Amino acid sequence: MHIVCCVKQVPDTTQVKIDPETNTLIRAGVESICNPYDLVAVEAAVQLVERYTGRVTVISMGPPQAESALRECLSIGANEAILLSDRAFAGADTLATSYTLSQAITKINAAEPVDLIICGKQAIDGDTAQTGPGIATWMGYTQLTYVSEIIGIENGNITVRREIEGGCEVIQGRLPAMLTAELELASIRYATLPELIRALRYEVKVWGAKDINAAPEKLGLKGSPTSVREIFAPPVRGGGISFDAKEKKEQAVEDFLGALFTKEKTLMEEILIKASYAQE
Amino acid sequence: MKETFDVAIIGAGPAGISAACTLADAGIKTIVIERGEYPGAKNVSGGVLYGHNLAEILPDYTERKCPIERNIVEMRIWYLSKEAGYSIGYRDSIFTGDRKYNAFTVGRAKFDRWFAEQAHKKGALVVPSTTVADLLRDGNGTVTGVVTSRVDGEVRARVTLLANGINSPLAAVTGYRAEPKPEQIALAVKETIELPAEVIEQRFGVSAGNGVTTEILGEMTGGMSGVAVIYTNRDTLSLSIGANLAELAKNKLKPYDMIESFKQHPMVAPLIADGQPREYIAHWLAEGGYDAMPKLYGDGYLIAGDSAMLFNALHREGNNLAMASGKMAAETIIEALNKNDCSRRGLSAYGERMAESFVIKDMKKYRRFGSFLYQHNELYTQLPRLASFAAREMLTVNGVSKKQKQKLIMKEIRSKTSLFKLLRLLWRGWRSVK
Ligand SMILES: Cc1cc2nc3c(=O)[nH]c(=O)nc-3n(C[C@H](O)[C@H](O)[C@H](O)COP(=O)(O)OP(=O)(O)OC[C@H]3O[C@@H](n4cnc5c(N)ncnc54)[C@H](O)[C@@H]3O)c2cc1C
Repeated sequence: MHIVCCVKQVPDTTQVKIDPETNTLIRAGVESICNPYDLVAVEAAVQLVERYTGRVTVISMGPPQAESALRECLSIGANEAILLSDRAFAGADTLATSYTLSQAITKINAAEPVDLIICGKQAIDGDTAQTGPGIATWMGYTQLTYVSEIIGIENGNITVRREIEGGCEVIQGRLPAMLTAELELASIRYATLPELIRALRYEVKVWGAKDINAAPEKLGLKGSPTSVREIFAPPVRGGGISFDAKEKKEQAVEDFLGALFTKEKTLMEEILIKASYAQE
Repeated sequence: MKETFDVAIIGAGPAGISAACTLADAGIKTIVIERGEYPGAKNVSGGVLYGHNLAEILPDYTERKCPIERNIVEMRIWYLSKEAGYSIGYRDSIFTGDRKYNAFTVGRAKFDRWFAEQAHKKGALVVPSTTVADLLRDGNGTVTGVVTSRVDGEVRARVTLLANGINSPLAAVTGYRAEPKPEQIALAVKETIELPAEVIEQRFGVSAGNGVTTEILGEMTGGMSGVAVIYTNRDTLSLSIGANLAELAKNKLKPYDMIESFKQHPMVAPLIADGQPREYIAHWLAEGGYDAMPKLYGDGYLIAGDSAMLFNALHREGNNLAMASGKMAAETIIEALNKNDCSRRGLSAYGERMAESFVIKDMKKYRRFGSFLYQHNELYTQLPRLASFAAREMLTVNGVSKKQKQKLIMKEIRSKTSLFKLLRLLWRGWRSVK
């Protein structure tokens, strides 16, 4: 079995802040890491290969530094790594990104047929969860998103459990398929020393726009219909009103009733509005 | 692990990487093991490096884009009482000309990473995120490699270089060095304060790319033996203050409080005004001096840098002792491998090299300096107060004759100490560094 995993290098968002004046991300001094969902995807792929034999190829679209994310994947057991790096790829939205990745997978597929693509559910810097489904669409593969367990592969069919609103479902799909990984799908191993050393020494292949036979107008900024208008931090929500019933019980009850019914926009109204939102 | 190496180096600090570069240049198969997520991730330093020592390892360090923060053109020394202080400085245009980069500031996180990359380019293997937990030994006690915390993590090597710094549990586990005593250690805290580059240049009176170091002694260590420094980086200032660990423990003082009151000193506050604190770290300094040094080599292993307690407390030179010792260790290893003798005898040239170099000469010269500072706490209490009292009196114009003022000052000095004691202090101080 041949599995391709798509990974992204992202800023460690636990460290990223938004500049309140310019509304842009402050990235200076922030470390880059491999998107955690993607590492789970690679771990799951490696486990599948351990179960059914095969190979794992990881690919990433990004600047030359993204190589270190690929090395991390190699250290936990991926066999090959390819970096898609070209100025023409810069500024891509999820449409152009999924196009670029699927072009690369098409090329990989021609050399060694791909049975499965595993992506992370989403990247922690964008949270769109669109790239995986985008790739499946471009490739015409079966699409299985939010996968929390791979139950098995038999006769060209894959059975997975996927998380859905309020529960989960077990479904089967035909290979070749594209999965996106939830964090529960696998727990990432601690690389052994020989594997880590192999990853450090590995020469990552770099492919540009020409190598993947891509249509220039579908790449990067040119191929991206999405544009970001504004980035902003949501306003901090103030605390609710509280009534101190410890000292003066009666006064507190009176104040509470007052707030509930007699203000301009009463507390009662607000509660009702919130309740109706919650129901939707 | 099956694969074996000629040399295993523990720690990717200045000592370890200097050795790795020298070994890789000679085509020796070298592995460097670093516990940090990347080299430099765990390291703090006020961050002055010396061009001479770096050039001995990488003559073309500027072309290799060494991440230099500022070229040092002036060294200042301050002697502070609580609310006053003396300042002397030396600035020289030669430091922007022929002797540019004699000293410069670096951020260790960036520098160590860059330095390790150079070793990697030369062919050394640098393995991050991996901790050495123990040394491998054969039946005769000869060190034959290291044990790391990873699965299948034993690495066999003909020689092991311990370049793991001062604060490493490995010393206790393996016993290659006695655990440093609290009085041989200074606990330093460092705060990095962000300011626009132009503001730093204005406040320190330097042009773009240049900077100043300030070394400070006085009352701000609360009567404990210690120093503070202020170093200029590109768009940050490093403030660091350290005091003897034994005294900190005895006085139950927190280094954090020390740095907070230091920041409010009238000579410090204007320099850092409106700055944004960016990071805050605590670290040990190896201040035990010559007498705290372990044996520098044995069967199958050598020790370099802070791990060997190589630190010059007066000149604050740890990085260059680390780099020089790392290089000498590597040169010795190359010879030993060629002779195929990595026993204590085969490695003994390390001791000789070190003894002939400035490293051991300086360590010996300042042998008693640490204990001098430690034994004379008046240096941080009474003396800065008296010195400030004297200057304040002399400089205040209030109709009192200068003669009268001198009398007043002498009276104050005699009431607090004696001329004999002062002379003795001077004599001892001079002897400790002569
Ligand atoms: C606040 C402060 C300011 C300073 N300012 C200056 C200055 O301005 N100029 C100067 O010259 N010196 C300065 N020094 C001293 C200088 O930082 C040290 O002397 C120098 O770093 C020593 O280098 P080293 O390579 O021996 O050790 P380190 O730089 O400490 O490197 C040791 C490395 O080994 C790694 N390591 C430790 N244990 C293990 C293990 N078990 N397994 C794997 N890896 C391990 C560590 O993570 C570390 O990266 C300062 C120190 C401090 C604390």
